[in-house]
Amino acid sequence: MPAVQETVDRVRRIDVDQYRYGFETLIESDKAPKGLSEDTVRFISAKKNEPAWMLEWRLEAFRRWLTMTEPTWARVDYPKIDYQDLYYYAAPKPKKQVASLDEIDPEILKTYEKLGIPLREVAVLEGVVSPDGEAAPERSRIAVDAVFDSVSVATTFKAELKKAGVIFMPISEAIREHPELVKKYLGSVVPTSDNFFATLNSAVFSDGSFVYVPEGVRCPMELSTYFRINERNTGQFERTLIIADKGSYVSYLEGCTAPQRDENQLHAAVVELVALDDAEIKYSTVQNWYPGNSEGKGGIYNFVTKRGDCRGRNSKISWTQVETGSAITWKYPSCILRGDNSRGEFYSIAISNGFQQVDSGTKMLHLGKNTTSRIISKGIAAGRSQNTYRGLVTAHRKATGARNFTACDSLLIGDKCGAHTVPYIEAKNASATFEHEATTSKISEDVLFYCVQRGLSQEEAVGLVVNGFVKDVLQQLPMEFAVEAQKLISISLEGSVG
Amino acid sequence: MMALLEVKDLQVRVEDREILHGLTLTVNQGEVHAIMGPNGSGKSTLSHVIAGKPGYEVTGGEILFKGEDLLAMAPDERAAKGVFLAFQYPVEIAGVATMNFLRTALNAQRKARGESEFSTPDFLRKVREVAKSLNIPQDMLKRGVNVGFSGGEKKRNEILQMALFEPSLCILDEMDSGLDIDALRIAADGVNALRSPERAMVVITHYQRLLNYIVPDFVHVMSRGRVVKSGDKELALALEASGYAQFEDAA
Ligand SMILES: Nc1ncnc2c1ncn2[C@@H]1O[C@H](COP(=O)(O)OP(=O)(O)OP(=O)(O)O)[C@@H](O)[C@H]1O
Ligand SMILES: [Mg+2]
Repeated sequence: MPAVQETVDRVRRIDVDQYRYGFETLIESDKAPKGLSEDTVRFISAKKNEPAWMLEWRLEAFRRWLTMTEPTWARVDYPKIDYQDLYYYAAPKPKKQVASLDEIDPEILKTYEKLGIPLREVAVLEGVVSPDGEAAPERSRIAVDAVFDSVSVATTFKAELKKAGVIFMPISEAIREHPELVKKYLGSVVPTSDNFFATLNSAVFSDGSFVYVPEGVRCPMELSTYFRINERNTGQFERTLIIADKGSYVSYLEGCTAPQRDENQLHAAVVELVALDDAEIKYSTVQNWYPGNSEGKGGIYNFVTKRGDCRGRNSKISWTQVETGSAITWKYPSCILRGDNSRGEFYSIAISNGFQQVDSGTKMLHLGKNTTSRIISKGIAAGRSQNTYRGLVTAHRKATGARNFTACDSLLIGDKCGAHTVPYIEAKNASATFEHEATTSKISEDVLFYCVQRGLSQEEAVGLVVNGFVKDVLQQLPMEFAVEAQKLISISLEGSVG
Repeated sequence: MMALLEVKDLQVRVEDREILHGLTLTVNQGEVHAIMGPNGSGKSTLSHVIAGKPGYEVTGGEILFKGEDLLAMAPDERAAKGVFLAFQYPVEIAGVATMNFLRTALNAQRKARGESEFSTPDFLRKVREVAKSLNIPQDMLKRGVNVGFSGGEKKRNEILQMALFEPSLCILDEMDSGLDIDALRIAADGVNALRSPERAMVVITHYQRLLNYIVPDFVHVMSRGRVVKSGDKELALALEASGYAQFEDAA
């Protein structure tokens, strides 16, 4: 996907401090009053023109949230969040209803241009001339649902997807246009009562993506969402719901960037995936939210609940993540292997540098017969960061023939960082086969010197060695996304040595 | 004529222990120098200090390369300027395909020198040609750098890089160790093919045998951190016959 590769190239040219995505778009925005109450929830619901049932759903979540306490089991440490001191909704003020791309605020389009996102359908389709006057390279086809702060500002490729019967739209629109699907599936994988952050999200989510792939359809293109947090003190609460009906296939890419901020910003997303009989969902993430500055000030708090339900027989869900950003990452993309012969996969690269704290991993819950899962986790800790893999693999009493393979490798760069592995395994069925391998190593000075002797700079050498270390996971990403990820990995490790 | 490499009265410490105690060595363009000497005499240390490996403290003396202060340069800068060290123990880099490594390194050097990067077809042509002459099969280049390579393959991979980067100073640290007779001949032929009036070589070895293949212009004997005797190739033959004992006292 040259589009994402360009993203990095363009962003590299924008020299804003260390963080390459640290620019701010000056647009007026429409905010809910500060703080969280039933009124905030009503405000958001009204802003979205939501039907009454949706408001009820949110309010129920909100009331539940009031009774919950923030979890503390993760190996992350941060000052207490004042939930009343945040804005829960910010939308770019639309001058009018957005019907086509031409009507979008040029400031917003410019921001996306800096990020290199192919918002303009025509550019994506035709490979037209880029702003520098060079002919854009051949592009592969990606539909983009861009979320600017809380509102999806544009959805491309809608028409073509429609022809295939694929629904790909902001979830706020889906609530109005496909209430039957939303009602049936929303909260069916991550219930409103699931956990503190997911419940909060259920109450105040503002937007996100909705995907429905009908029976037997192979989605004709990769679907992609770029998230971006722009408004100061705004928590961003996306909600994504993807349903792959029987025998269908979809690959979804999520990329995130956020501008530089001094205040910490709360981000609590929920992603729900449902795969019915013989369906397959491949979900890839590149997360590079602002990690905070070199003293550990600022940065995104990223508390995400991602879960896939292999509801049907022979279904498959695969999570691939490249986590390089955020001050705090709390994230466990999981699979419920309910259908017989279903398969779950988790491929993860988690990089922490500076003062970043990552607590991430997965859960593979084997419920059906002959279900299989595979976990490959690569953690890289540099600077003064802490990087924890936390995993849970369970086999239900009835899950005969369940099989899991887990490999967790950690790489340490320098001696002020930490890598931790916390695997939980629970087999209630004697026929389950769970394999677990774990390694922790330090980046080798001899290997770095070898590279440097051959002409690579110290930083290029670290980038190369780390990219080699994570290769097994990079291979799981769609090819063009892998190129972006590879560059991000090098960027995020800048300043980690020497 | 300015010497290519001038090591003057070099004193080097590692972890508070002095290893080189005033070493002097001059290498001109086009020359091949052999350095011999017992285990622990400081041969690898010298090669590391020239290449800029961290961990060594230079407490005295200087190294000039093409008249410039080599010790003031970062190791990657030295590489781009033409210093190449074929390691005694080449490391393995998992997950990084040899081909990718070669291209990244070559282009990094070219970029540092202000030259344009090689195009993919040009690069591939060049690598194939060199690999063929060294009997390196193509599929070896697809594997991780030195990962699972035999001892001989690792050494050949070093010479492949030497041929590709076209350095002006090649330091070969025990390239003959662990090679069988045939592998040694192939490697030596590869090195000989790179001999040129512009390029100098410093060949570190324990065995006269290698010097039958790579015939040196000068032979130096190192002992306890100094060059204690220099001569021509006959010196190597004399060493083979009588051992290092006669020089130990000199040091
Ligand atoms: N990192 C280090 N820490 C401590 N001592 C070191 C270190 N590196 C080298 N030395 C010591 O310096 C001396 C010279 O070592 P060096 O490897 O240069 O010898 P050499 O001549 O290459 O030997 P060989 O023929 O066995 O390869 C040895 O006594 C060695 O133990
Ligand atoms: Mg040695």
